[in-house]
Amino acid sequence: MASTPKKRTFAALNHTFLFVMSLTFLAPFLWMVLASFKPLTEVEQLNPWPKHWMPQNYAEVFRQVPFAKYYFNSVFIAAWTTFLQVVTSAMAAFAFARLKWPGRDTVFKLYLGTMMIPGVVTMIPNYAIMVKMHLLDSYLGLIVPASFTAFGTFLLRQFMLTIPPALDEAAAIDGARPWTVFVDVILPLARPGLITLAILSFMGNYGSFFWPLILIKSQYLRTLPIGMLFFDSTYGRETNLIMAASVMNIIPMIILFVSTQKYLVSGIQLGAVKG
Amino acid sequence: MMKKNKGDLLPALGFIAPNFIGFLIFTVGPVIFSLVVAFTSWNLEEPGPLKFVGFGNFIDLAHDENFHLYMLNTIYMMIGIPISIAGSLGLALLLSQKLKGIVIYRTLFYLPSFTSGVALMILWINLYNPEFGPINSILNSFFSAAHVAGHAPDWLLSTRNLFGMDVEHVRFTSKQFGLGARDAIIIMGVWMGLGGNNMLLYLAALTNVPEDLYEAAKIDGAAKWALFKNVTWPQLAPTTFFISVISLIGGFQAGFEQARVMTQGGPANTTTTISYYIYSQAFEQFKMGYASAISWVLFVIISVMTIINWKLGNRESAY
Repeated sequence: MASTPKKRTFAALNHTFLFVMSLTFLAPFLWMVLASFKPLTEVEQLNPWPKHWMPQNYAEVFRQVPFAKYYFNSVFIAAWTTFLQVVTSAMAAFAFARLKWPGRDTVFKLYLGTMMIPGVVTMIPNYAIMVKMHLLDSYLGLIVPASFTAFGTFLLRQFMLTIPPALDEAAAIDGARPWTVFVDVILPLARPGLITLAILSFMGNYGSFFWPLILIKSQYLRTLPIGMLFFDSTYGRETNLIMAASVMNIIPMIILFVSTQKYLVSGIQLGAVKG
Repeated sequence: MMKKNKGDLLPALGFIAPNFIGFLIFTVGPVIFSLVVAFTSWNLEEPGPLKFVGFGNFIDLAHDENFHLYMLNTIYMMIGIPISIAGSLGLALLLSQKLKGIVIYRTLFYLPSFTSGVALMILWINLYNPEFGPINSILNSFFSAAHVAGHAPDWLLSTRNLFGMDVEHVRFTSKQFGLGARDAIIIMGVWMGLGGNNMLLYLAALTNVPEDLYEAAKIDGAAKWALFKNVTWPQLAPTTFFISVISLIGGFQAGFEQARVMTQGGPANTTTTISYYIYSQAFEQFKMGYASAISWVLFVIISVMTIINWKLGNRESAY
């Protein structure tokens, strides 16, 4: 179909509108980045462009708070939680999607049902469990309770259901045991799903706020969100430093997102398809 | 092949065990325990055995005027939901026009939702600063350029709202009319959510609308708006329904992070939502019993809303 002038005008209008929308979405980010390079006196001025560039603001953040430690804690906790979530979810999803056993659908409905329960309902008993197990204020307490997810199981089950059943049936006829089928047949084919869950899980735990907030007491365990909160309440008037810290907080997220969005988009779209 | 007939029960148990044990300890057990605790006066600062108080917590809650305000706040902040859904649909429609650069736009729109969290909320505290923030600087220069005697909102410091509701008494007053802290949080939420998961879901749904439906309608000479109304919108109904239910469930649980990071629930408790109330009762006042009771009231509200929604949804869209 040849593109008529009318169509071209429509496309141009579309582009203009989308461009303006993009600017609206970007403006707060731009302000944040520019403010992080300003001296404090300039932050309050309307002119967004710094007159004196102050890259040393970033070094100053590291001098005032143990920002490197916050980075380490967030990445360390998110990485372990992600690893455990993916392993346990993949195994459970395999049992739900590829094995036949009595009670399977009942147990799966139980899993689905709990996804609707507000997080605050389980928060208090989980806190009590941590107190009893002496896991308050510890890496273990931050990692273990977050490592089992009904959502992850659900997401991977959806992925595994799209794999043709003939494949593992053929392997089973050849005498392969379920573990072999799982490792050699299903896991490689479910790779996009595993990657999607890993990204979602990593991002969720990297930005996790409620649980670390109630669990962490000591400075050396603070994750980025908790560290940011205390940095803001202590040095909140130094907007340029706070903005530098915020920029450093979200840069890993942006890199991860841009490099993995292919998986992320398809995963989110698949996760919403009711199974 | 003999094994197949007996089912894969034993291997299945092995595969599910790691996840299921964690699920029992950190989800199922806590749900049951939480229900028990809701009927006790358990306070973390007073050690000793659990004291059962029957429906005491729930009766207190019914008379708790703060709770009524916080419920109102929670519902008020859901104004953002329809705005956000409509915006997500609009963006998805634009992006689905097979333009060049769609991936770049999609990335930009998704950015706020992907990076949302404490860092961005701290950013918005500064954007909303009534004296020095860029939002009011722009508004004020606009007012002075247009020679309007306007006064930019005090945003996070203000109890004003779109309905002119008074905080202390149930009445309406023009002094309270305007934009305040709750609206500031709503606007930020729309910015964060507009290009997020909902937009992606709409994009996926739009690509699944059968092309021949459009072709048939075009032959009938339907205009663009008629195409949307008669073809696109009905085809998107299941997606819209799904997004609405999820948003509603989320809406009742929302506001904790915003209140904790941005406002401490103020001014005059106008940004305290149910979830922030539960947090402050449990982890600042240590009233675990009362907090559990509130969380169960929240749970019941969410369940009832969801069931009503499913009933309505099943009737309206024959899916």
